[in-house]
Amino acid sequence: MGEPIGDEQSLTVAQAIANLRGPDPGLRYYAAWWLGRFRVATPEAISALIDSLSDEADRTAEGGYPLRRNAARALGKLGNLQAVPALIRCLECDDFYVREAAVQSLGMLGDRSCIPVLMSFLEGGLAVAQPTPGKINLPQPYNAILEALGALNATEAVPLIEPFLDHPFEMLQYAAARAMYELTQNPVYAERLVRALAGEKLPLRRAALADLGAIGYLPAADAIAQTLAENSLKLIALKGLLEKQVQEATPPNLTADALQVMELMDSLL
Amino acid sequence: MSDLASLINAVEQADSSAQLIEAVRRLAATGHAEAVPTLITVLSYNNPGAAVAAVDGLVKIGEPAVAPLLEQLDQHNYTARSWAIRALAGIGDPRGFVTLLGVATADFSLSVRRAAARGIGAMKWHWFPEHLLEIAQEEAMEALLFVAQQDEEWVVRYAAVVGLESLACDFTFSHPEWRSHIEATFAHLAIADESWAVRARVWKAQQHLQGSAAAVAACQPQANQVEDEPSPLSPHDWQDILDKLYERKRQERVTLPEGDPRRYRELVGTVTHNAGEL
Repeated sequence: MGEPIGDEQSLTVAQAIANLRGPDPGLRYYAAWWLGRFRVATPEAISALIDSLSDEADRTAEGGYPLRRNAARALGKLGNLQAVPALIRCLECDDFYVREAAVQSLGMLGDRSCIPVLMSFLEGGLAVAQPTPGKINLPQPYNAILEALGALNATEAVPLIEPFLDHPFEMLQYAAARAMYELTQNPVYAERLVRALAGEKLPLRRAALADLGAIGYLPAADAIAQTLAENSLKLIALKGLLEKQVQEATPPNLTADALQVMELMDSLL
Repeated sequence: MSDLASLINAVEQADSSAQLIEAVRRLAATGHAEAVPTLITVLSYNNPGAAVAAVDGLVKIGEPAVAPLLEQLDQHNYTARSWAIRALAGIGDPRGFVTLLGVATADFSLSVRRAAARGIGAMKWHWFPEHLLEIAQEEAMEALLFVAQQDEEWVVRYAAVVGLESLACDFTFSHPEWRSHIEATFAHLAIADESWAVRARVWKAQQHLQGSAAAVAACQPQANQVEDEPSPLSPHDWQDILDKLYERKRQERVTLPEGDPRRYRELVGTVTHNAGEL
C-alpha cells in the first residue's frame, strides 16, 4: 500500500519553503498545502505563504488563482495573526474560491479586525445574494461568511445575518441559523437545525448534523442519533456535543449529560 | 405470494434509491432468516442507505446470517466486504472473530476499523470453550490496545476504548493482571490522547472500573445479554478458529515490528505472500 504520510513528511520544512518560493507551479501548490497539513508555523513558512497570497503566476484557464487558495487555507491552520491583513486583502480577489478560503481562515484565526469587511458582504441582503445567470457560485461565499461571523462572535452582525434565515438555499438558511444561535444563544435557531435533521434530502441532513455538532447543541442528542444518515457523521456531530459538555466539568469528572451522549455514541459505533 | 416473498420481491423490483431503502428496511424488520440472501445481495448495490438497513437486518437475524456473511468475505467486492464485516461485528459471532482482529488493525476504511473494534469488544465470549477463551481474549486485548494507542482516527480509538472496557470487566477474576494492563493504558490515554472525546470515554471507562465491586456486578449482564442461548458452533468451527489464531500469532512473531502502525498495515497486506515461505 506504500506509506503516503511518510513520503509527505520526507519533504523537509526547508525544502517545502524553497519549493514554495521556487518557479515550479506544481511544487509551489503542493508545498503550500503541505505546510498547512503539517502545521509548519515557522516565521519563514508564514512569510512565504503570505507572499503567495499575491501570486500572479499560477492561473487557471478561468482566471482562478490556485496557489492563493492553498496558501489562504494553510494560513488559517497555522494560527499566526500576521496573516490577517493579507487575508483581508484577499477578500477583494476576483476568484470566488480565494475569497472563500480567506473567509474560512479569518474565521479560524479569530481576529475581529475582519468583521467590518465580512459584514459589508452581507449588505444588500437577499436581493444581492442571488445566483447570477451563467455562474456556478453566488456573488460571495455566504456560507463561509456566516460561519466566520458566528465563530468570531460578531454580535453586531446579527441584523445582517437574520435575513439569510429565509434565503432560498437551505444550506444558507442552516448557516444563518447556526450563526444566529452562536451569537444569541437563542434555542429557537438551534431547533431549526434539529428540524432539518428530518428533512427529505440526505445532503441537507448531513449539513444540519455538521452544524449541530459545531454548536454542540445538547438537546439535539437523541435527534442526531436517530437521523437517517451515516453513523460516521452522527458520531462526529455527537462528538461536538460531548466536547462541549467536557468543558462543563473539571476533568476527569463528567456531567450526567456527557455520560448520556457517550451512551448514544457507543450505540452507533 | 407470502408476506416475506412479497417483501423480497419489493427489494428486487425497487427502481429508485428511496424505494430500495424503504423495501430493505421493511424486509430487515422481519428478522427472518430467509431474508438473508436478499439482504446480503443488497450489500453490493453501492447504496449506503440500503446497505445500512441491510446490515441492521442481518445483525437482527444473527446466527443464521453468519455463514453466508463469511462466504461474502471471500468475494472481491471491497464495498460489499466492508458492509459484511460491519454485520459480523454487530452479530459478535466467534466465527467472525479472527477476521475482525485483522480488520480492526489493518483495514483502510475507518468505519470498518471502528465497527471491527466495537465487534471484538462485544464478542460472545460465553460461547468460547475454555481452552480457546484465554488465547482469544489475549489476542483481542492486544489488538484493541494497539488500536487504542495507534489508530490515527479518534472514532476508531474511541471504539477500541469501549471494547477494552468490556474486556477489562471480563478479566476481573480470570486475569487480574490483564485488567491492570488495560487500566495502565487507560491512565495514559486519559491524559495523552489528542481528542477530548476519546479522553472523556476513557474517564467513563475508568469510573466504571473503579467502582470495583459494583462494577463487577454491572459488567456481567452487559457482556452476556444472551446468556441462555447455547453456542451454535460445531467442534469443527472452534478448531478452525484456533488454527487461524495460531497462524495469526505465528505471523506476528515472525513479521511484526514494534510500533509503527503503517508498517504494521503493510505487513498485514503481505502476510498471505509470506505464508508459503515460513
